Amino acid sequence: MSAVVSTDAAVLALHLADNALILGQRNAEWCGHGPILEEDLALANNALDLIGQARLLYQHASALRQDGRDEDHLAYFRDQHEFRNHTMLELPHSTALAPTASGDRDYAVTIVRNFLYSAFMVLVWDSLQQANDTQLAAIASKSRKEALYHLQHAQDWLIRFGDGTAESHARAQAALNHLMPYTQSFWLLGPVEADALKGLGVAHFSGLKTTWQMKVDNVVLEAALAMPTAQGHVPEGHLGRHSEHLGLMLAEMQSLARAHPDGSW
Amino acid sequence: MVSTQFAVNPVGPLSLPAQSHPHHALWLLLEAVCDPEIPVVSLREMGVLRDIREGPNGLQVIITPTYSGCPAMTQMNDDVQAALAAAGVQAEVVTQLAPAWSSDWLTLDAREKLRRYGIAPPNREAALVGLATTNDLASSTGSSVHLLQFKKQAASLPNVACPQCDSINTTEVSRFGSTACKAMYRCLDCLEPFDYFKPY
Repeated sequence: MSAVVSTDAAVLALHLADNALILGQRNAEWCGHGPILEEDLALANNALDLIGQARLLYQHASALRQDGRDEDHLAYFRDQHEFRNHTMLELPHSTALAPTASGDRDYAVTIVRNFLYSAFMVLVWDSLQQANDTQLAAIASKSRKEALYHLQHAQDWLIRFGDGTAESHARAQAALNHLMPYTQSFWLLGPVEADALKGLGVAHFSGLKTTWQMKVDNVVLEAALAMPTAQGHVPEGHLGRHSEHLGLMLAEMQSLARAHPDGSW
Repeated sequence: MVSTQFAVNPVGPLSLPAQSHPHHALWLLLEAVCDPEIPVVSLREMGVLRDIREGPNGLQVIITPTYSGCPAMTQMNDDVQAALAAAGVQAEVVTQLAPAWSSDWLTLDAREKLRRYGIAPPNREAALVGLATTNDLASSTGSSVHLLQFKKQAASLPNVACPQCDSINTTEVSRFGSTACKAMYRCLDCLEPFDYFKPY
């Protein structure tokens, strides 16, 4: 029997990996369905980066935990309540909370989410470069570069949408109104993750909020959109309490691995 | 014994070590291993093959990924293993993340080979300053606080020369292209579309 060695880096890596995997899986839904070919490629690239980050983080967590669960186990054989991703990342690409068809996907939601999240992650990865765990710091400095590319892509489109036609403006505004409340959990961590972060010698992510807000305000202003306030229900995905959407998404994502456990090809 | 001629993972392009180097033969052997997506440049010229050194359990070949999710990385690892095995060399292939790979590590030869292959090489100046020209973080470490702010976006992207006709009258079609490391451009003079290796 091997016991779970709960190190700070393993705990935090799991939270970060879940975030990357879940948004990577969501963004990959556009593959083959992008609004234009270039955006199809962009989102596939973005998803590839995120899933690549998730793999590095799961591998690191797995090596530290030494409980025999490899990266595939962590991604495919954990259930909904074990995932510690932010709720925003599991939402469908739609302002309607329960879209009924893939045709309900709205690219403005995709772009606004990628914008809000990558602006946050640039700051998170930047601060994690100082973590006293060298592998986590290395993953952070690699991912920081990727997050900057994602941010650039999302902000270009957000400005184009917001400052575009009446239709694109309205959709961008609706997406922003829909998603802003979910950013409230960016500044929160579960008690275990907060302790882990402290143990890694990194300041709590709540300290990044002012910088993030300034960046978001500037781009929203340039996009000629109105800035909604982040208020209302505070989502708790980071504590393992998710929306209805994560279960459905995991069912699809994990079905193949669970139908053929330990299969290889 | 640790290879002394090359510090561990020197940051920058690597030239083929001199004949006197203890692992010269191995470096030469691995010159034949090319990027699976861009078969005109070797892994060393790409800056992916970083070091060959004595580890605690024998020889180690150090490689570093370009992008976290680059699907060609597994192929590169396999190709290095295969080349070593074919030559009867016992060595372990180790993937190391830090320092993070940069397109600045492409050798001058590699940049010219890319251009002749039809891929515009990365703008070096842009890569040298990181992503600061487009959108980066400025940070300063004060006595007790690590201050951060987003830099302002540059007014325009740096010029990229068409690999076909050398014109700099080109335009970005898409920041993302056929692989993670490339963007799509079009020449406004010869009208040819082309790949641009992203500064990264």
